[in-house]
Amino acid sequence: MSLFYFIAFLSILFALLVIFSKNPVHSVLYLILTFFTFTIHYILLNAQFLAVVNFIVYMGAIMVLFLFVIMLLNLNKDAEPVKSAIIKLAGIIGGGCLLVTIVASVKALGISEPVILHNADLGLVKNLGKILFGEFLLPFEVSSLLLFSAMVGAVLLATKDKSNA
Amino acid sequence: MDTLTQNIQTIPLNHYIILCSIIFSIGVMGVLIRRNAIVIFMSVELMLNAVNLLLTVFSAYRGDATGQVFVFFIMALAAAEVAVGLSIIVMIYRNTNSLDINVLNRLKW
Repeated sequence: MSLFYFIAFLSILFALLVIFSKNPVHSVLYLILTFFTFTIHYILLNAQFLAVVNFIVYMGAIMVLFLFVIMLLNLNKDAEPVKSAIIKLAGIIGGGCLLVTIVASVKALGISEPVILHNADLGLVKNLGKILFGEFLLPFEVSSLLLFSAMVGAVLLATKDKSNA
Repeated sequence: MDTLTQNIQTIPLNHYIILCSIIFSIGVMGVLIRRNAIVIFMSVELMLNAVNLLLTVFSAYRGDATGQVFVFFIMALAAAEVAVGLSIIVMIYRNTNSLDINVLNRLKW
């Protein structure tokens, strides 16, 4: 039980460090740590498939992409102009208001039941694979189309325009 | 693995909701207070991840695997979104030589 609270504390701490660190490279590294704590949350929920996918897709692919862009743009210095303090304060108050609203509405729901894993092998690869390739076969194939179009779009956007240059 | 998942049995659902809303609010704050386009993008990723975790929790809570399949689709979508978004950021940098989003305010008019 205390393990969950410890990991939750780490998630919040690293998430705060992501948005408050000045250097973008440090932000990316803290984001990797945040995603790692999320992977531990998935393991605690016995969602092993999602834990592995989170590990590979987020901590592997997406973070490497972020680091590559930062390296290509040579951003590893504190080049960011600071926003004025009043805008920062307004942003923090705005986010805090959202948090207070959500937490208050959750509190208004009353006492909740504990999360009990009625069906313990729900998140195993075998179980999810059967559902994914049975009931959700069409969305799965459509998502391949989405990834393909995203790849074409990314290449199209990132290549230099020959006629302009 | 059994002892690890036994661990979770006593956590109320509300604590998960509160954790995910805290992370989501941190993402919102990051979008509001930073000016670097890449850090704003990372905050969006943070928000997406908070929602993913909450979907998984509800899926485990209701004993319905559909939620976890949906999380899988959200992850595929996030990968596509990151690829397109980062290439847009690279293009912006090439045109304006900075990642300050206030340079891009000409879209306002």
